[in-house]
Amino acid sequence: MAIPIAYYLVLSAILFSIGVGAFLIKRNIITVFMSIELMLNAVNLTFVAFAYQWHRLQGQIFVFFVMVVAAAEAAVGLAIIIAIFRSRSTLNVDQVNLMKL
Amino acid sequence: MNGNPSLHLWLIPLLPFLGFLLNGLLGRRLPNAVVSSIALLFTAAPLVVVTSIAFRFSTLTLPYVERLDIPWIQTSTFRADFAFLLDPLTLVMLLVVTGVGFLIHIYSVGYMAHEDGYWRFFAYLNLFMFFMLTLVLAEDFLLMFVGWEGVGLASYLLVGFYYLRQSAADAGKKAFILNRIGDFGFLLAMFLMIAHFGSLSYAKVFGAIAQHPEMQGGFLTAIALLLVLGATGKSAQIPLYVWLPDAMEGPTPVSALIHAATMVTAGVYMVVRSHVLFDRSPFALGVVAIIGAATALFAATVGMVQTDIKRVLAYSTISQLGYMFLACGVAAYSAAIFHLVTHAFFKGLLFLAAGSVIHGLGGQQDMRAMGGLRKHVPITFLTMSCGVFAISGIPPFSGFFSKDEILYRAFLSPAGGPILWFVGVVTAGLTAFYMFRLWYLTFFGTSRTPDAHPHESPWVMLAPLVVLGALALGGGWIGIPHALGGGDHFAHFLDPVLRHPAPSYEQVSMIMNQQGVAQAAAASAPQAPLRPEGNDTQERIFSLISVAFAAIGWFFAYLLYCRKPGLADRIAERAGAGYRLLEHKYWIDQIYTAVIVTPLLFITRYLLWGAVDSGVINGGGFIASGSARGLGALVQRIQSGNIRSYAGWLAVGAAALILITYFGFTMHP
Repeated sequence: MAIPIAYYLVLSAILFSIGVGAFLIKRNIITVFMSIELMLNAVNLTFVAFAYQWHRLQGQIFVFFVMVVAAAEAAVGLAIIIAIFRSRSTLNVDQVNLMKL
Repeated sequence: MNGNPSLHLWLIPLLPFLGFLLNGLLGRRLPNAVVSSIALLFTAAPLVVVTSIAFRFSTLTLPYVERLDIPWIQTSTFRADFAFLLDPLTLVMLLVVTGVGFLIHIYSVGYMAHEDGYWRFFAYLNLFMFFMLTLVLAEDFLLMFVGWEGVGLASYLLVGFYYLRQSAADAGKKAFILNRIGDFGFLLAMFLMIAHFGSLSYAKVFGAIAQHPEMQGGFLTAIALLLVLGATGKSAQIPLYVWLPDAMEGPTPVSALIHAATMVTAGVYMVVRSHVLFDRSPFALGVVAIIGAATALFAATVGMVQTDIKRVLAYSTISQLGYMFLACGVAAYSAAIFHLVTHAFFKGLLFLAAGSVIHGLGGQQDMRAMGGLRKHVPITFLTMSCGVFAISGIPPFSGFFSKDEILYRAFLSPAGGPILWFVGVVTAGLTAFYMFRLWYLTFFGTSRTPDAHPHESPWVMLAPLVVLGALALGGGWIGIPHALGGGDHFAHFLDPVLRHPAPSYEQVSMIMNQQGVAQAAAASAPQAPLRPEGNDTQERIFSLISVAFAAIGWFFAYLLYCRKPGLADRIAERAGAGYRLLEHKYWIDQIYTAVIVTPLLFITRYLLWGAVDSGVINGGGFIASGSARGLGALVQRIQSGNIRSYAGWLAVGAAALILITYFGFTMHP
């Protein structure tokens, strides 16, 4: 017997909400970054769940795209984080609210 | 549009405009000789064009209309073109404006030689010529209005030419504002015409009136009266005349050109041009006649006691314009235009001669300080005498014929009557009195300022005087009536314009169906202008009476100011209140100030400025700006620069969107 789709959706919503909450609460850039990954993956989960439900491939394909974007984002984002840390010696987001140094 | 060769009428107004552009833009850097050559060249050129047209005039098919291909204003229901009209009336006006205008330009070269702003003066003068010629040539009330406003502008600029003098600047403003009141009437009249005829073209408006013989009074009276309001402003008639005496603050050639010969006659021209309208409204005609007669008498009485030579002439201009209005009011349009022409000659001459006297005395304008100038300025004296005789109506000078024509027609015309005639004749006597008073005070007796050294003006000023003097003498001979052995050529020349337009084909056939062939034939023939028939003996008697009145005026002037100097002052003392009334011009300026200007200033200062401007407009501004600032202060908190707060707003927004979508869809399936 198949697991109802609602379960997947509820799990995805929980994961997404955790991501949003962490994004809002955490001050460490790396943690903020991880919460973004969490939100992306929550969305991926819904994609896969719906793709399975409707027997369509598009959802699965889209997940690959999201993963590729996430990987690229991680690479660029981590590079930025390192650059920020080098220049400001801090990873607290509240202290990097100025464009100029 | 008809078999005529193209006359290039548009060149006539445009040439002076070119002169204005050249002098106005470059004149400051040019030497005076170049400035005056440009001005003269671009006034002589239209004169040449007009003269050449005049020589070919008899071969042309009239009326000749020249329409530029490009429409000026075009909407779904209304269209105005740049169209110029040439007919006998236009030709007469063109000849007067360009001819007298050119002479006065020549005179100005000498008169203004030592003034600052030489180039400015000539630029304005050319600008005036441009607008005046536009006014005269227009085939459309709207284009006429452009010229009408333009001459007002030029008049304002030239009256206030010595703008450093407070009185001149004020006089310019006064002229402009009073004209604006009249223009308001003109505008309303045009709106009414658009509403009723859908067009402002002369041909269409007058044609529409001609097609409806049942159109009488009613809105035609309204249009005519509004036009009269416009004309009283421009032509300085009661109640809007008060600007003209003050306009004498301008240089004398300006007074001669604008405030005597041409611009102020625009109102008369306009009434004559729209005579089709006025003929259908006896009430409006009556108003015109009464305004004219009242103004003529009123201004003449004031003119009797003025001491400034230019102000005497200004009041006499108002008075003579009153004559022209009187002529229009009794439907004697050709007489009005005839007097307009002779008046342009003799009044232009009088002003120029007065300017020559003032010039010779180094700026003295008070006649009480003149006297005995006959020997010092002989040519000015001779030419001015021509003008004085002409305006007083002494035969065979030009003014006699035109004034006589007006008086005679005022008596005979069904719209006129003995009262109007009597006012006119008395005014003629008063005119002779104050003009000969001026003559005697200025040129006869002994000088009242012995240390003055008057000198005759240079020839560049005297030459126009001589030409105008000849015209003031002989200019009236073109219109000698039958009774006095002439051919009445002038009136016959204007007949094609003043004839009522022939009714249309449909209308004639309607008459034929209803009343028969004979009536239809009678109706389809173009009607001759309204010209009551009197017999020649009667006309001669009337001439004698008006000459007698003029002679009485002359005699009194001689008695008071030449024979027994000092008697005038004793009479003035004896007359007391009456004299002071005249001396203060019936206190009209003071009355206007008290009744109109002061309340207006009060309303402006306390109601419009105090309440509306400071209260409503400024208050509204403060409320608008204050609320914007308050809202900004509130909303700017959102933009804190804190990334996590932005993210928070984003999340809240997304949540709100989801909620709206969800509930929105459930509530409105």
